[in-house]
Amino acid sequence: MAELSFSRENKWLRRLLIMVSFVFITVMLILPLVQVLAQVWDFGFKNFWEAVTDEYTLKALKLSILTMISAVTLNTLFGLAAAWAITRFRFWGKGLLITLIDIPFAVSPVIAGLVFIMTFGRLGWTYPFLEAHDIKIVFATPGLVLATIFVTFPFVAREIIPVLLSRGTDEEEAAMLLGSGFFQLFRRVTFPHLKWALLYGIILCTARALGEFGAVSVVSGHLRGKTNTLPLHIEILFREYHTAQSFSAAAILVAAAILILVFRNILEHVSEKDREF
Amino acid sequence: MSYLSIIVLIPMISLAVESSGLGVRGFWDTVTDTRTLIACRVSFLCSLAGALVNAVFGLILAWVITRYRFPLRRLIDGLIELPFALPTAVAGISLTVLTTDNGWLGKPVFDLFGIRIAYTQLGIILAITFITIPFVVRSIQPVLEQLSRDYEDAGLLLGAGRTRVFFQIVLPEIKPALLTGFSLAFARGLGEYGSVIFIAGNIPFQTEIAPLVIMSKLEQFNYDQATAVAVLMLFFSFTIMFFVNRLQAKISRFTGEH
Repeated sequence: MAELSFSRENKWLRRLLIMVSFVFITVMLILPLVQVLAQVWDFGFKNFWEAVTDEYTLKALKLSILTMISAVTLNTLFGLAAAWAITRFRFWGKGLLITLIDIPFAVSPVIAGLVFIMTFGRLGWTYPFLEAHDIKIVFATPGLVLATIFVTFPFVAREIIPVLLSRGTDEEEAAMLLGSGFFQLFRRVTFPHLKWALLYGIILCTARALGEFGAVSVVSGHLRGKTNTLPLHIEILFREYHTAQSFSAAAILVAAAILILVFRNILEHVSEKDREF
Repeated sequence: MSYLSIIVLIPMISLAVESSGLGVRGFWDTVTDTRTLIACRVSFLCSLAGALVNAVFGLILAWVITRYRFPLRRLIDGLIELPFALPTAVAGISLTVLTTDNGWLGKPVFDLFGIRIAYTQLGIILAITFITIPFVVRSIQPVLEQLSRDYEDAGLLLGAGRTRVFFQIVLPEIKPALLTGFSLAFARGLGEYGSVIFIAGNIPFQTEIAPLVIMSKLEQFNYDQATAVAVLMLFFSFTIMFFVNRLQAKISRFTGEH
């Protein structure tokens, strides 16, 4: 009897909890998504297309993609190097390196932007040098790229480090003893283990780089058509009460986000299968 | 190492140097300015509220996803990371339109309870909650998956009620993970800018958040003061991060993972 009452209680609790989850997910996650689509729907396809192919929107999109590609490429290379160094070598300042990697997670994006203004801006101590060589960083594309790199660089390294740590160095040592060179060793022995973690890190990094707002907003200077990334462009349109245009531009990013999400879920599924064999 | 120095270390140091230019007196005056203090309080309380909401719902979501099998479970699981994938500016404008007096969510809430969401602190809490949903769920989920159900069954067999089993067997196991997720959400909420500024309305002394104070001081070319506020915020976030790192060391001791 006692067991029966347990299971009955459990059933109601179960239904309640599942319902709470559905309501929470619907209100918090699905509704905002549907809102974007509804705005675009009301706007009509023709207007939407016009807004999306607007000169400034396209320029902003191009700049966003450029920034994203630079940040993701550099951070992938850095992430691999840092993760390798941390897990395979002992050196002075290792603890510091590990701490530094986490800094962007702890820092507000606005502060991330601010530090670049302070370093490379008119008041920064590198300014006389930059001025003399006619290099523009702040309020120009390099600044946007730097700020995006800053905000996104923990992603790749953080995903790979645990994998490298848990794998240990036995297999690599064996390969080395058998006469494998570094690149062969990396490609044949290390890479197969960390490819899923690496891909996952790259996906996270891409999503964040594409959507970064706070840090980029500080260093951009909001020159329309020049240093405006897509998220910043959306902000400007929204503030000018071009709500529908703003949502049209947002729809591009929503599509990208959904694509990233789907890709991530497929990746998780495939990597789980891969691990079973 | 040198890449990291260029990207992180040098800029951070120049921040410290810059704020020292203000002097102790000037620094103190800036951070104890009423507007700054109120903005910090708004940031602090709203992120705390957002993190608490997430702690409750995150726990429920993680539990439901790992323990129950039901239709659309995979969809819910997959959607959890949406706030990471969706640009914050998009989340910001969408939540704003949703919660204004004519919005799908704002209108019924206002008609029923007379409460406004957009352009109030409630809006800030909503935005922060949205942004930080994944943290708590994804912190607890792996621990719940690994947790053997034998202990729970043993507890039940020995005559403990469901509530007692949850509070005395399950909760102690997931507590470090719950706290980690909570702190990460809290830290992220403190620094969040993109999604909040749209829905907050940014009324000084009411719905202005700390990162916005930095931003507006920057726009007035008040670099010293912007830096002073930034240093204050950094102090808070580093304290939280320190706490998280100690918690994570504790968790890895439990699960034997790295």
